[in-house]
Amino acid sequence: MKLNFELNGRKLEREIAPDETLLHLLRACGMHSVRGGCDTSNCGVCTVWVDDRPVLSCGYLAARVEGRRVTTLEGARAEAGELMNCLAAEGADQCGYCSPGFIMCALAMFRELGDPSDEEMRRYLAGNLCRCTGYESQMRALAKCAEGRRSK
Amino acid sequence: MTREELKVVNQARAKTDALAIMGGAPVYTGDLVPDGALIVKLKRSPHAFARVKNVDVSQALAVPGVVCALGWRDVPRHRHSFAGASYPGNNPFDRVILDEYARYVGDPVAIVAAETEAAAEKALRLIRVEYEVLEPVLDFEAAEAGPSVVHPEDDYVYQMDIGGDLAHNVLMSERDEGGDFEAVYASCPVRLDETWYTQAAQQSMMETFRTFSYYDHAGRLTLVSSTQITFHARRLVAMALGLPQSKVRVIKPRVGGGFGAKQSMVTEVYAAVVTYLTGRPAYIQFTRRESSACANTRHAFRVRVRLGATEDGIVRTLWVDSLENAGAYGEHAANVVGLSGHKTLPLYGKTEAWRYTGKVVYTNTTPGGAYRGFGATQGCFAVENTVNKLAERLGIDPCELRLRNLPEVGKPMPAYYDEPLTSCSLDRCIATGRRMIGWDEKYASAPFSRQVGPHRFRGLGMAITMQGSGISNIDNCTVTIRLDDGGFYTLSIGASDIGTGCDTILAQMAAEVLECDVDRIIVSGVDTSYSPYDKGSYASSTTYVTGNATVMAARELLSKMRAVAAERLGVKAEDVEFDGMNFSCGEKRLTLTELGVESVNGHAEWLTASASFAGHTSPPPFVAGFAEVEVDTETGAVKVLDLVGVVDCGTVVNRALARVQAEGGFLQGMGMALIEDVRTLPSGRLATDSFMQYKIPSRLEAPGVRIAFEESWEPTGPFGAKSIGEVVINTPSPAIISAIRNAVGADIHSLPATAEKVYMALQTARDGNN
Amino acid sequence: MISIQEYRFAESLDEALQLLDASRKNRVIGGGMWLRLGHASVKTAIDLSRLGLDRIEATEDEIAIGAMATLREVETAPCLRELFGGVLAESVSPIVGVQFRNMATVGASVYSRYGFSDLLTALLALDARVELRRAGTMALEDFLKNPPEKRDILTSVRVRRDGRRAAYRTFRRSATDFGVLNVCASISPEGDWRLSVGARPARAARCLEAEALLAAGDAAGAAKTASEKLRYGSNLRGSAEYRRALAEVLTLRCWDALKEGKA
Repeated sequence: MKLNFELNGRKLEREIAPDETLLHLLRACGMHSVRGGCDTSNCGVCTVWVDDRPVLSCGYLAARVEGRRVTTLEGARAEAGELMNCLAAEGADQCGYCSPGFIMCALAMFRELGDPSDEEMRRYLAGNLCRCTGYESQMRALAKCAEGRRSK
Repeated sequence: MTREELKVVNQARAKTDALAIMGGAPVYTGDLVPDGALIVKLKRSPHAFARVKNVDVSQALAVPGVVCALGWRDVPRHRHSFAGASYPGNNPFDRVILDEYARYVGDPVAIVAAETEAAAEKALRLIRVEYEVLEPVLDFEAAEAGPSVVHPEDDYVYQMDIGGDLAHNVLMSERDEGGDFEAVYASCPVRLDETWYTQAAQQSMMETFRTFSYYDHAGRLTLVSSTQITFHARRLVAMALGLPQSKVRVIKPRVGGGFGAKQSMVTEVYAAVVTYLTGRPAYIQFTRRESSACANTRHAFRVRVRLGATEDGIVRTLWVDSLENAGAYGEHAANVVGLSGHKTLPLYGKTEAWRYTGKVVYTNTTPGGAYRGFGATQGCFAVENTVNKLAERLGIDPCELRLRNLPEVGKPMPAYYDEPLTSCSLDRCIATGRRMIGWDEKYASAPFSRQVGPHRFRGLGMAITMQGSGISNIDNCTVTIRLDDGGFYTLSIGASDIGTGCDTILAQMAAEVLECDVDRIIVSGVDTSYSPYDKGSYASSTTYVTGNATVMAARELLSKMRAVAAERLGVKAEDVEFDGMNFSCGEKRLTLTELGVESVNGHAEWLTASASFAGHTSPPPFVAGFAEVEVDTETGAVKVLDLVGVVDCGTVVNRALARVQAEGGFLQGMGMALIEDVRTLPSGRLATDSFMQYKIPSRLEAPGVRIAFEESWEPTGPFGAKSIGEVVINTPSPAIISAIRNAVGADIHSLPATAEKVYMALQTARDGNN
Repeated sequence: MISIQEYRFAESLDEALQLLDASRKNRVIGGGMWLRLGHASVKTAIDLSRLGLDRIEATEDEIAIGAMATLREVETAPCLRELFGGVLAESVSPIVGVQFRNMATVGASVYSRYGFSDLLTALLALDARVELRRAGTMALEDFLKNPPEKRDILTSVRVRRDGRRAAYRTFRRSATDFGVLNVCASISPEGDWRLSVGARPARAARCLEAEALLAAGDAAGAAKTASEKLRYGSNLRGSAEYRRALAEVLTLRCWDALKEGKA
């Protein structure tokens, strides 16, 4: 079936299968930041935005983004830059595999909550699992990033 | 050299690949698959144990797009191992690509390759497998008595005698001891005899197993794989297919975590055999379910500890007796078990006699493998809990009791192959951790003594541990470093960065020697065709073993550069000064870039140096770990309020990355202690085979792990460094379980301590009192 | 992974119902959360996302939650944060993560009658009704016990604004896991108690005997009754015995919360 949607600000028309996942479609579109992790909607690795809301692309049917706006990290690089620098400085990337999904959810969080507390951040990001870091370095990076945002 | 003089090492540095891996650059295996690669899928056994009588692939082959469908009679049959370890070693060759026997639920019985995933899936459903269902061996404690023999094949190969008895499912057995355990134990006024169980925890790295294969320009079967063992994989794939090693090449791109899981081959042979038989590029990617249930896990253990001590808490003798469940195949099984003794007994430096006995049995369950800690974790849980129970019995503070028993620097450690202890700051680690968690203010020895609510009680627990730094006398790591004509360096390594940051810390070490910053050093690897040999990233070895090789090679390069510079400047080498950019002697000066140009234009030799390092010892890093928990006696729920780790890894090479390693290891340890439950159905199927059923800690349970370093200086290490990767996972489980006992008296002997288990233990205690 | 032959955005509820009736293999797609778990073969997937069913509307008498409203919308809707002690928002907030809740829908949670459902446990302790396209409106309790035989389309869940205060307690083995047991209790201004227990692991059910004891002020008796009169089972997350113990504890905790006026 034909699908018309907007990917990172560009209008696209693609031929898709009715049961194709958004994850599969986005990787086929060359969006390497979108990675699969768990297949059961539990880990957050595959997080992208549909109409600015973070969703799990592994459980989202591609057909459903008809007429909608999809954003991956490739389309949010400028907004992500500061957070990525903070993460790198803390060593919070480690294997890096879960980072893009985490960054996309964190950016959505900053948009939605403005200046969240540590507790609010942990709740918002609870669906982003990371096995390497134990999360603390991510939380430090988020705190530094939030501090930078406040001083602007 | 002292730590104060270090300029690049001992600092925090961002990983050199940070922005690429975070930003979505195509750098992982799955990003690099060539167009047109066949999709490989595996048909798996629904039975825990069965003989595969026949595999009918005729209908599968009829599916449009299916290129091959293979049963066990269709693939090369050469016994090999999946274990990535130096050789000759003690991993038995107990696998073939597909076997006549399916030995656990999920064991592959057929391989399919198709143009599309859909065609491959459809073909899988159409393969008809005829099984003779056999009675499985599911209980590892009863495995010696049958009811079946898990490995009945007659072409099973032991590389060496390791005390196996396959007719009774015993893969190996061993014994090591010093002194007369029985005599000392009998003479001890205080004796403990405790049995503990650890579960088959899952490594759960975020990137599942995956490999693609193709023939390269030189006709080599080339694998790009998410692996920790690039060079071992080349040898093992060659072995599995019956090819000379020269015909196989393995490339490791960026890897999304491993924690030991990728120290075994998992997906490699399946892609390789498809390319080998069809000539086509092929890609296999495990689902999360396959990664969880059909790869490898931590080995489940039963550990019995017998401890004899004096009334004032001097541990006079210890016996660690371990039974390990190998599962269906023997990856690393024979190596893992030994660490339960050799990495626990040396911590008690005043023993007059010690003994370690280990036995490994096959069962029809998911194979065990390497998981961070590698037997030391299992042993630490058992020994440290037993020592804490000794402290409880004697009314001695567990921290004090440890301090009375520590091994001494400079003395040999009999239970650690008689290696001398060359660096240890465990006394400082204990002191610092004790202060951080508020031990002296909070510790009370009786249960129910720190009540904070109608049914909420707090408790403290601690544990100490050690690991190694590489495997002595067998693990070899080599690096090559060269000066490039642009005035920068290329550091070629075979060590496999799997997210840990070894590319970065090795660059830091080279940069320290060469007096430059890390951005002047390009780290290249790993491709078995172009990289120097390295056994791979496991056994806590990269910092220490490859690090030593890096320092040696960089120093040799520096000396060569100095010699050539001296010649060009017409002065003596010892008179040449080098500031990282310029060679100078008085007014005479030659820049690094000029030297680089000289080295390629024929005026001087090309400047390169290689060095190999294989340690004759494996200096242990140490950790003192502390936990404070709150237990709800109405529900049994345990909340970790504080988790503190103080680490002696020698010199900290990268302050940011070491801290993150430690924080991550501690949270994995906490997951093992409380959350990560492994459940098997009566059929033998692993029920906890997804992140829906096998929960790993989220940031909501993370207690805010606090890490501190008490650096020692390891004289044999690069810039005084030892390892850090594994040692950080060991202490949380004994510390937390001891803290639960301290809080409410619930004596949990098996992991994890789920709320239900704690609740039931409290009920039993209550019923016993009534 | 579920296979789908055709994907259709329904233009009207009638069309959706027609599609549903056209084949047993046609299915309404909610949030799509479990797409990758099953192996069902779906002929036509029916998407309701263009029918305006995603609204959460408050009138004087009731709250109407559209079937396509997401759990995250339930969590963040200002009107639901204030009503019933905020239990509806509270009940969905621990579910996996924000991304998951941005997808999972109220309609799928309710229509599927999942045993583990936090939302159903909370709704059942309120005066909630479900609105079905074909069968009309019925009490949630009836729908859970005796769903209409013919497949239907759930369009909204309606909760009467009867001034209830409610408390929700869930016990989880880890924060983002399913509940081992979920309990919700509510009391109306007239002193009418409701108690529902979910994830037993069977689907949420009320315990009328316990409700009567709560109304009589016998909390301990009510908690004990809830743990004895309802049926509990064992699964990966807990044994029946443990669930019974939790039912007693969580019922008392709900009672305490309502008595202290915290909820």
